[in-house]
Amino acid sequence: MKIVVAIKQVPVRDSELRIASTGKWIEEADLVYEANEPDAYALEAALQLKELHGGETIVLSAGPPRALQTIREALAKGADRAIHIEEDLGALDPLASARLLAAAVRTEAPDLVLTGLQSDDLGYGQTGVILAELLGLPHSTIVMQVEVREGGIRIRRELENGWYRYVDMPLPALLAIQSGFGKLRYPTLMGIKKARTREIRRLTAADLGVAVESASVVIERAYVPERSKRAQLIAGSPREAAERLVEKLRFEARVL
Amino acid sequence: MSVLAVLEQRPAPDGRPEWNRMSFETVAAAQQMADELNTSAVAAVVGQGVEALAWELAERKLAAVYAVEHELLREYTADGYTAALRQLIERVAPRVVLFPHSYQVRDFLPKLATAMGRVAVSDAVAHRIDSDAVVLVRQLFQGKVQVDVRFAGPAPHFASLQAGAYRAERVAEGQAAVERFVPRLAPGDIRTRPLERFRENGRDVDLTAAEIVVSVGRGVRDAANIPVVEKLAQALGGELAASRPICDAGWLPNARQVGSSGQTVAPKLYVAVGISGAIQHLVGMKGSRTVVAINKDPRAPIFEVADYGVVGDLFQVVPELTAAIKKLK
Repeated sequence: MKIVVAIKQVPVRDSELRIASTGKWIEEADLVYEANEPDAYALEAALQLKELHGGETIVLSAGPPRALQTIREALAKGADRAIHIEEDLGALDPLASARLLAAAVRTEAPDLVLTGLQSDDLGYGQTGVILAELLGLPHSTIVMQVEVREGGIRIRRELENGWYRYVDMPLPALLAIQSGFGKLRYPTLMGIKKARTREIRRLTAADLGVAVESASVVIERAYVPERSKRAQLIAGSPREAAERLVEKLRFEARVL
Repeated sequence: MSVLAVLEQRPAPDGRPEWNRMSFETVAAAQQMADELNTSAVAAVVGQGVEALAWELAERKLAAVYAVEHELLREYTADGYTAALRQLIERVAPRVVLFPHSYQVRDFLPKLATAMGRVAVSDAVAHRIDSDAVVLVRQLFQGKVQVDVRFAGPAPHFASLQAGAYRAERVAEGQAAVERFVPRLAPGDIRTRPLERFRENGRDVDLTAAEIVVSVGRGVRDAANIPVVEKLAQALGGELAASRPICDAGWLPNARQVGSSGQTVAPKLYVAVGISGAIQHLVGMKGSRTVVAINKDPRAPIFEVADYGVVGDLFQVVPELTAAIKKLK
């Protein structure tokens, strides 16, 4: 089975974010980046499927040169080769990002395309589904399990409030993977060594014949939200804070 | 050029369709936006046998209610819903189309918008009208940054609304005509085959009954550190719960997960330890009477729903808190 897995690089979760001087995006200098967590699970799903059914796993990532680090990590975890679209997605809308990815996926004609459910930065949660529509593929989102069967796949989707559902789908297809799909693996030393020899195909938007622009949805202003409600913060050393908190819970909130 | 609210129903255990309650928040938003844009709100519900639900909307302030009916819409599929709604939208020609940001909407809205050459603004938390244009507010980076976004292309403009962003009880009463709309659909249009919905066995922990819940998140860093928080739960006589990443990692069973994909709790006291407060977690606990947050990041969104906060290292604060509570007893 030939699988393309799309991975985005995002700022690490506890980054201190500042608004850029343009007032339309965050200041990207000095930030540390990592693989978007849901995408790391999409890679995990791809690697597990490869272990079971053989074939090839191709990592696809669009981003500036720093994205190479995330691509190399995916190769070290076991992906066979990679495609790096050397374009800064920044605050592009999800259709613009998906157009770039779709053009690259078309050059591979895979059986399965995997993405994470949503990104930890923009959080639209749309790129995978849009990609499926652009490629003319059936899709499922919030996927927790994939079973290859005669004539296609049976996936397990998560619904709300602890409900699930199996869905039968033909191949080729696109799946947006939910966090928690299996246990994330770490790169091994051997994997890191092997990754150095693996192919990373570099493409630009021009190579793919795609314009890099968000035509439909525009970010007008980015800002740090005003706090609607502020918790009563309890200061002091850990012991003082703990004792004051217990006082408050007993005599003010009366919950103890 | 109306504002169209697309509502969500799902089969109840007896098989009859029932509302997803978020639907009425979408109606409230559509009515408000329609007033501000000097137009009317209309609503649509998709499925099979949904006319009874459509008639429930006949007593709301809506210019029209569409019951989008087809036997191929009995079970939700992205292909079926996209084809049906596209035909309805082409017929009604609304200016704005609003959806609840439910799991189901996330599955088909990006496809529908793409098929119509648009980009949907997903998970909006508020809106305003600026020079007769709709500006939507979204949260980025787990709520640490907010953005105002504007549609650049032509109508219809699509958006989905975060749970709780609009108030269902604000829906205005009135009179609406119900119209049945039968889309053209063929079995070959639908490429996926959904099977029965089910729930996992072994959901043996009922967090909803607990008066005190102590919940642990990413800040605990390692499975070996869970007992630090568990001791606090024991001292308080409460249940131990967790945010999603903790259950995903297998450090605690899924049955102890609080949030949109886990249980929804509203205890007397909720203590969030090392939880930043992603919206998926907040929807599962924000009804709690008193919320305490312990987190090292003073900007963590959990402090917005907390009544009391301690900014500090949980490995120092939690043992002191456990000791202080034990002293009471």
